Amino acid sequence: MSQPWRTPAGGRINRHRELRFTFDGRELTGYEGDTLASALLANGVHLVGRSFKYHRPRGILSAGPEEPNAIVTVRRDAARVTPDLRATEVPLYAGLDAISQNRWPSLGVDVGAINNLLSPFIPAGFYYKTFMWPRGAWRSLYEPKIRAAAGLGRAPEQPDPDTYATRFAHCDVLVVGAGPAGIAAARASAKRGVRVILCDEQPQFGGSLLAEPSASTALIEGQPAEQWLSASLKELASLPEVTLLSRTTAFGYFPHNFVGLSERLTDHLDSVRPGQPRERLWQVRAKEVILATGALERPLVFPGNDRPGILLAGAARTYLNQYGVMPGRRAVLLTACDAAYRAALDLRSAGVEIAAIIDVRERADGALPEAARRAGLTVHSNATVVGTVGSQRVKAIRVARLDGSGAPQGSIERIACDALLMSAGYTPSVHLFSQSRGKLVWNDAQQTFLPGEPAERTHCAGACRGVFGLAAAIEDGRGAAARAGGDVSGSSKMPEPAAGEFGGILGALPQPAGKPVVKAFVDWQNDVTSKDLALAAREGFRSIEHVKRYTTTGMATDQGKTSNLNALAIVAGEIGKRIPEVGLTTFRMPYTPVTFGSFAAYTRGELFDPVRTTPTHEWAVRRGAVFEDVGLWKRARYFPRKDESMHAAVQRECLAVRNGCGMFDASTLGKIEVVGKDAVTFMNRLYINSWSNLAVGRCRYGILLRDDGFIMDDGVVARIAEDRFHVTTTTGGAAAVLGMMEDFLQTEWRDLQVWLTSTSEQWSVIAVQGPKSREVIAGLVEGVDLSNAALAHMGVAHGRICGVPMRLFRVSFTGELGFEINVPADYGQSVWEAIYAAGQAHGITPYGTEAMHVLRAEKGFIIVGQDTDGTVTPHDAGLAWAIGKSKSDFVGKRALERPAMQSIERKQLVGLLTGAPHVVLEEGAQLIASAQHRLGERPIGHVTSSYYSATLGRSIAMAMVRGGRARQGETLYVLADGQPVPVQVTSPVFYDPQGTRLNA
Amino acid sequence: MPNAIATRQGPYVAPSALVRVLPHAARWVLRGDSSVMATAASTLGVPFVERPCQAAAQSDCAALWLGPDERLLIAPADAQSELAARLQTALAGQPHSLVEVSHRQVALEIAGEHAAVLLNSGCPLDLHVSAFPAGMCTRTMFAKTEIVLWRTAEQRFHVEVWRSFAAYLSKYLALAAGELAA
Repeated sequence: MSQPWRTPAGGRINRHRELRFTFDGRELTGYEGDTLASALLANGVHLVGRSFKYHRPRGILSAGPEEPNAIVTVRRDAARVTPDLRATEVPLYAGLDAISQNRWPSLGVDVGAINNLLSPFIPAGFYYKTFMWPRGAWRSLYEPKIRAAAGLGRAPEQPDPDTYATRFAHCDVLVVGAGPAGIAAARASAKRGVRVILCDEQPQFGGSLLAEPSASTALIEGQPAEQWLSASLKELASLPEVTLLSRTTAFGYFPHNFVGLSERLTDHLDSVRPGQPRERLWQVRAKEVILATGALERPLVFPGNDRPGILLAGAARTYLNQYGVMPGRRAVLLTACDAAYRAALDLRSAGVEIAAIIDVRERADGALPEAARRAGLTVHSNATVVGTVGSQRVKAIRVARLDGSGAPQGSIERIACDALLMSAGYTPSVHLFSQSRGKLVWNDAQQTFLPGEPAERTHCAGACRGVFGLAAAIEDGRGAAARAGGDVSGSSKMPEPAAGEFGGILGALPQPAGKPVVKAFVDWQNDVTSKDLALAAREGFRSIEHVKRYTTTGMATDQGKTSNLNALAIVAGEIGKRIPEVGLTTFRMPYTPVTFGSFAAYTRGELFDPVRTTPTHEWAVRRGAVFEDVGLWKRARYFPRKDESMHAAVQRECLAVRNGCGMFDASTLGKIEVVGKDAVTFMNRLYINSWSNLAVGRCRYGILLRDDGFIMDDGVVARIAEDRFHVTTTTGGAAAVLGMMEDFLQTEWRDLQVWLTSTSEQWSVIAVQGPKSREVIAGLVEGVDLSNAALAHMGVAHGRICGVPMRLFRVSFTGELGFEINVPADYGQSVWEAIYAAGQAHGITPYGTEAMHVLRAEKGFIIVGQDTDGTVTPHDAGLAWAIGKSKSDFVGKRALERPAMQSIERKQLVGLLTGAPHVVLEEGAQLIASAQHRLGERPIGHVTSSYYSATLGRSIAMAMVRGGRARQGETLYVLADGQPVPVQVTSPVFYDPQGTRLNA
Repeated sequence: MPNAIATRQGPYVAPSALVRVLPHAARWVLRGDSSVMATAASTLGVPFVERPCQAAAQSDCAALWLGPDERLLIAPADAQSELAARLQTALAGQPHSLVEVSHRQVALEIAGEHAAVLLNSGCPLDLHVSAFPAGMCTRTMFAKTEIVLWRTAEQRFHVEVWRSFAAYLSKYLALAAGELAA
């Protein structure tokens, strides 16, 4: 018979739609609306996993996000494999393929279970204590072996094929949790007409109401609960300013009421349309947050409490009422609170035999225990369970009476059962409140931590602040909504909790005297027992934070949702302190695990970062250019002809510039328009150069220092008008230079009438360089006299090229006669193509950044960031000539005047020539003074730029060398693969030192 | 006399349902005090508005408030040289900075019922019509790029983005628009 543990009727599942699925290859069926856990239980499958450390057989403990045991891998297809999912949260779909974890070769027969037998030798802190010696073995032997045995689940092996959506949202009220309190709060808030988001991790809204039997007689606002729920949801759904998000976990609470929500969109679907996002990350900024996150039931700590078939009482009730699944045929309830009696009563109504109710409290005389007695159930109060029987499923429990001191005594009774329901009471879910940095306060009456003073505009409602019971929760939800709406008249005082209904007990159940040999688990997922915690306390750990790290309690992926308070109580008991004195571990986001895909969302692949391209990019692509990344930019590095190597292409491009004409896209250079009456004053204060004497229509090479006197950026600056400068920066430095300029302008020099505008992308810049460059562009340019007399080196002119406006710079970064043609960017490609066509007669050659680097190095021009490293002064770089000597101040001047900054012993820029002309030095290589290198000898410099120069027919290099300029003519040594290569120190200007070519 | 006349070509923009590229435009960044802004507004024929994050628009011209002393001026592309000359003349003598940025950026229009939601896939601002009504504009972030966002109607936005970021922005929008179809 299929699904033998399914009730004949009832539950919120769709019995008309049967779904086939597999678990460890076994074919099973469930219904739409099931979770994997409920479907497994419907098939009588209780053994679902092996524990992390001892590989003990484990069953399904809970019905929600707190599940520590039922951790599975779900495989949708070869690429869609998700490990470490909680079966209690995995929605069932047709064809679902689930695999158990942490076992080999199979779930039933697991070799790793040997750890369970060895467990007396694996105490808390085992790894810290054992693998101490020999020291070297940790890396080579212990760690790899331990790592192989550890780990939970396997990471997927293929790239994630799914897309993930992301959305920012704002609202007046965010309500987290759609149980009775949350729904009441959302309705009351929505009535005010404000924007409300209501989210809940379950597929259906209703929270605890979903676990009520369908025949429940509970009334809300005079309506049967079920009717109230559907009417409320209908009302909320009809309001345009209300957003309802089911399957959505609020996983993180960040400053200023910024809450992260993870919405699962497709994991419940049988098939997924291509491109349909799997999840959506919501980043919500809420004016007010109402937390109605409910409470989690605590397990009881007693020997053998981890056998399959032992589950939380509330979970058993949920499985019965929400999913129509019986967790057993003959059940025992072990409880420390009244609320759990409902599970026994409901199961009894469904035909499950209740073998006994064991109540660990001295007396069980509340309304629910009385109802149980009236229903004919046997209630043993003042009793406890001292052991369980069974291997892969519980078969019986061993019960003992408690004496006056609360210790087990007398004979032990064995009660046969196939399910044990347990409840130690409920712990309010304060995770999000704590994440928001709200203070948690120990409440003696309730024996738990409750939200205290909030740190944000946060309001808690219902069970998450210790307000239990349906009517009270509804009332509290409305109260929270009123407070969130600014109504302070309503009291936020807590109603008195019904004594004993939800409170229960903390810590381990009393055990017979003597050395316990059977494990009583506190943290199911990390296999931490009460004994481990006691040992930690005996070994001197006092802070719960230390105990946590030592024993790993609460450190599994469930973050100790079921274990933290019990662990705390055990440690407090051991060291004789009150619980609040021992402290509470930090609640960290995420509340439940969130996929990396959801955080990355669209920011992957080609959208990982913006890819910036210049106006001539498409042309360069068509020409087969090889690109390099410069910041976010793609720049053409070289333009290989068919089968040409980079080396050959770069040599060809360099020679073309030297002998004829080359063209280069310099559009990525930063450009800043500095405009205003005080523009020249601003430039004088900022750059080291003097600008007062720069005539309109002229350019100057400018150097910018940081406050500490070191070179930050450089570039050609043109004076376009008396009150207008066209400043260029390096490609990578553009944003930082503009930022620095604005910083000075807005904070230091507010008196200056000058404004800055980035024009980096307004202009496309085409460098035409080489002895033929004038001839190439002459036919395209209008309104500018290109002669050397009219437009000399470092001149700038306005005119037109190809009919469009142009700023024409007579500048050269190559050492040749050259022009940099600035045209509005949308014309860039068109003008580029026109110049290329006009240059054919002169053999014009497009060149890339690599040839540009070689050409400038031949001239000894530095590149900021390559030849400088943030510790180079203008003096070091041989650029002291640029300093405006008569200026009273400029950024970096005071730092530069320190004697140490002017020491001639500092590293200075020099040229290097190798003895063998074809040896190209390694950039970054260290320089030493003698061929006999001694170990530990300090190098005296390093190579910053090194190339093969086709123009010179030999290699060249630039270097920063201590006292370098005085060493010209000396032989130094560069270490190459440990071998000293002799080099001669020279001037860094290797080509045309008189500059006759660029002045041609 | 040159025979090749250059043609204008904007950056690549990925196509998607809710997004279209707006025609070429003339643009300037104008900096100066409020009398400068008043002069520019009357030259452009748009109302003079000093309210923060408010766009003043009339026919095809607009002045977008980007800061206390900063406006982005937008006009039809064919009026560029004539308006530039008139602005220079009108503003002469007043301390200001007028810098043409026509080609620095490109304008996209995002329109439709889901326009605001689409923008919220990368823009963290509250785009509810009560918080960001028609006529409001601001410089802000969309994912990893800076944009100027201007709501021209309840379901229509004008987005200005630097040209080299247009491909990134439009590809992101195209991908995110796929979600809205879902």
